[in-house]
Amino acid sequence: MNAYHFTLSDVALHALPSGALWAPDTGTLTVSDLHLGKSDRIARRRGIMLPPYETRATLDRLDSLLDVLSPRRVVCLGDSFDDLDAADSLDEVEKLQLTRQQAGRDWIWIEGNHDPGPVDLGGRHLMEWAEGPLTYRHIAKTGSMGEISGHYHPKCSLSRGGARPAFLIDAQRVILPAFGAFTGGLRASHPVLQALLSSDATAVLTGKKALPVPYAATR
Amino acid sequence: MTPLPPQFDDWFSARGWSIHPHQQDMLDRADAPALLLIAPTGGGKTLAGFLPTLAELADGQHVGIHTLYVSPLKALAADIKRNLRTPVDEMSLPIRIEDRTGDTSATQKKRQRADPPHILLTTPESLALLTSYEDAPRMFRGLQRVIVDEIHALQESKRGDQLMLALGRLQRLAPGLRRVGLSATVEDPAIIANSLACNPDPCEILHADPGPEPDISMLVTEEKPPWSGGGAAYAIPAVLEQVRHHKTTLIFHNTRAQAEIFFHNLWLSNTDDLPIGIHHGSLSREQREKVEGAMVRGDLRAIVCTGSLDLGIDWGDVDLVIQIGAPKNVKRLIQRIGRANHRYNAPSKALLVPANRFEVIECIAALEAAKAGDLDGDPPGPGPRDVLCQHILITACAGAFSADELFAEVRTVGAFADLTREQFDECLEFCATGGYALRAYDKWKRLKQINGMWQLRDPRASRNIRMNIGTIQDTDTLKVRFRNSFKPLGEIEEGFAATLTPGDTFLIGGQIVRYEGLREMTVEVSRNAAKKPKIATFMGTKFATSTQLQARILRMFQTGDWGGLPDHTRDWLQLQREISKLPEADRILIESFPHNGQAHTVFYGFAGRNAMQTLGLLLTQRMEELSLNPLGFVATDYATMVWGLDPVTDPAPLIQPAALRDGFETWLQGNAVMKKTFRAAATIAGLIERNLPQNRKTGRQATFSSDILYETLVKYDPDHLMLDITRDEALSGLVDLGRIEEMLTRTEGRFDHVTRDRVTPLAAPLMLEVGRVPIKGEGRELMVERETQALMEASGLDNIDLPPSSPNWRVGW
Repeated sequence: MNAYHFTLSDVALHALPSGALWAPDTGTLTVSDLHLGKSDRIARRRGIMLPPYETRATLDRLDSLLDVLSPRRVVCLGDSFDDLDAADSLDEVEKLQLTRQQAGRDWIWIEGNHDPGPVDLGGRHLMEWAEGPLTYRHIAKTGSMGEISGHYHPKCSLSRGGARPAFLIDAQRVILPAFGAFTGGLRASHPVLQALLSSDATAVLTGKKALPVPYAATR
Repeated sequence: MTPLPPQFDDWFSARGWSIHPHQQDMLDRADAPALLLIAPTGGGKTLAGFLPTLAELADGQHVGIHTLYVSPLKALAADIKRNLRTPVDEMSLPIRIEDRTGDTSATQKKRQRADPPHILLTTPESLALLTSYEDAPRMFRGLQRVIVDEIHALQESKRGDQLMLALGRLQRLAPGLRRVGLSATVEDPAIIANSLACNPDPCEILHADPGPEPDISMLVTEEKPPWSGGGAAYAIPAVLEQVRHHKTTLIFHNTRAQAEIFFHNLWLSNTDDLPIGIHHGSLSREQREKVEGAMVRGDLRAIVCTGSLDLGIDWGDVDLVIQIGAPKNVKRLIQRIGRANHRYNAPSKALLVPANRFEVIECIAALEAAKAGDLDGDPPGPGPRDVLCQHILITACAGAFSADELFAEVRTVGAFADLTREQFDECLEFCATGGYALRAYDKWKRLKQINGMWQLRDPRASRNIRMNIGTIQDTDTLKVRFRNSFKPLGEIEEGFAATLTPGDTFLIGGQIVRYEGLREMTVEVSRNAAKKPKIATFMGTKFATSTQLQARILRMFQTGDWGGLPDHTRDWLQLQREISKLPEADRILIESFPHNGQAHTVFYGFAGRNAMQTLGLLLTQRMEELSLNPLGFVATDYATMVWGLDPVTDPAPLIQPAALRDGFETWLQGNAVMKKTFRAAATIAGLIERNLPQNRKTGRQATFSSDILYETLVKYDPDHLMLDITRDEALSGLVDLGRIEEMLTRTEGRFDHVTRDRVTPLAAPLMLEVGRVPIKGEGRELMVERETQALMEASGLDNIDLPPSSPNWRVGW
């Protein structure tokens, strides 16, 4: 497995090609915007019945990371569930899979705008969480330092190839791409993201490999 | 038999007309449950269809809707309304005629449902929408006749299947309904007759006098056609000369983009200021209506157009049809020529203008085929099940239904006559619960059964279902308008809009505009005097050259009988014969050469664009396995060109029939065409919603790629109905496996491999071909990696904060 290695507030971090963030020194694995139960919410609210497999597709991807890294702690950076009812919609197989993943490690659910309350599943439930100089929260705040956030589902493309989910990294913060299977994205060049990031930021494209490019060169 | 009321005879004789034999035939058989009339354009076909209706309505006794007229084009409905008014007004018949299309106002539409006219003119989509309303039974009660115009054009697409399903529904609401089909000349009328009739009713086929032989030739120009490209700019002076010498000329193009470019160039050379207009489907309704009006008034000397004018619209005095670019299909050529000289029994005059050197050959082959009356066509497959799924949902919108009755109704549609109950139930189950192996939606199902009747769980869902009615796959488009103006100019694809940055220029409606910005999902532009625009990539349907035409071309190569060809084209073929060789029907010519630092290989398979595209996918997959690092390919009707990092030295393992057939199954699952097919089928079947403008007001992409849905299904629910439909469609329709099979049988693995140090004459046109397909394989990864590396180096970022002891990025562990 390859990764993009960088430091944030002097903490070594690896941006993984899968879109997860790994802190090797503390053994913390961070994933953002899982949107579990999204198909259930869409069926409930809009009557559209998408393939109801995004929860297991997302959990399967997470499984393969846990197998390789054996993290001491997993931080889910908010919007882990597409809404609070979606958390209840998980079937027994999916709940068991999640419980297996949580077993033997610290598990933190950060609150997101889609899931602004506790869920009836194991793990700690927090608004935000600090570890050393790093702060984990769902939505980035301007002016913060050492901040790890998600929410925006950033993606970007080069002159060749389609858009890929991407990490956006500068000296103050890292914004994670969405890890969930059924998730769209926001172009990295969107003004909201531009306002958060310095012009010398780096975008790390995900996919088979983690590919860093200057943020300014992305579209 | 319906006797013609006296005022009709008076009207005919007052005009000095006599009734055509086929019009009389139609009257005589007015009581038949189904009738198909084959007549050339201009043969009084429409009147033949309507005469029995006018006769039956003449006494003013009928209340409500009597005849429904369905045509593939909105413009055609509007045109027929205009033409029908003449006899109705002149005979003072008490008949109300109205049209109803996507362009009809909401108030008008509402009124039409409450108080329908005697004759309603509409399109398949608008009809499908009408049948989705709860008041459909009341509206269509008393319906006597349905006339399907240009049925041959509908027959070729899912729009025809949707229409026939809707007719099945109407037949149940109005059991006495009689069906009439009007068709241009086709190779096999029985196929159309079978799809029109309410199975198992018979459908008699009537033939009108086909009229005199058309006068078709190829336009000879001083200027030689270019080696490649589709613009035919070289022919503009000659085309203008022809326009000057004729009263009204229709200039047909195969794609909208080509029509725009040609129109633009035509105006740059139009020193006489001849009044010339443009008409195609991407233009705004106002623009189109303006041109249509000017044409009817006889104010225009020429119209540059696409398929939107392809059908039997009566534009009056057209005395010349010019086809720019090879017609690809002889049947369509004949139909376009039928546009000229709308007087019955006068020969139609048409000129073919090849856009490039290869099209010269195609045009000559098409001319020969047209003269021989050799029409092309493939038999239709079974009714598409995605359209059936949509039909089930439409039926549910109208009210509770019984599955048994709906199944019986669907089986009356010719294309669905062999549908099994199991297949039907599978579609119903899909509509109800999504049909997933994981039964996740029992709580949120869309349809539920109450007392044996199926109905929507949440009646509000009907709004979404209605918004997604239709089978035409629009690429997502954005409206274009001038800044500070509300008048729309037309539409461009969202994908194209995304590539624009302020200051870019493109062509729309024949003028060059400058992109200013995006405002509330509308593209704002300003006028621009630039000479060279960035060109709008309008999606136009790309037709594949028919098997029959391809065979003629290959025969022409083999016989060396090039007498019909202009010198320049003959010289080109001779050069190809000297430098390499000419393709043969029973073996595949393969040429390899380097170009722009990449290895290129061309396979001349002559199997039509779609099949050659599939071949490109199969070949590049094999090349990926053989580590030849293919980067992409492009396909035309006659060849597939692949380029990559490594040269092909031995093509044998690539084109072995067994290997190609083996690779097909594996390939099928992962390829881009399948994903595109899946997207289309899933949209039609109601699994995903059309990307409607109102759903994408925010900059945020609310939807995610349908590719993800496809991949998830392949992994977690491989037997799902949508995958089954996708596979079927890909095999029979888009992918044209049949033509690959035809090519494999024809050549049986025989090939000639020619290696040269530069592009060969026959391969030259491929270099500028659009529609290149990138291969996202190892080669591409390598390229992206190199580009990111180059960008980092260029920005100097790769040297910043790099402690010498620890590597900064991309380290395996």
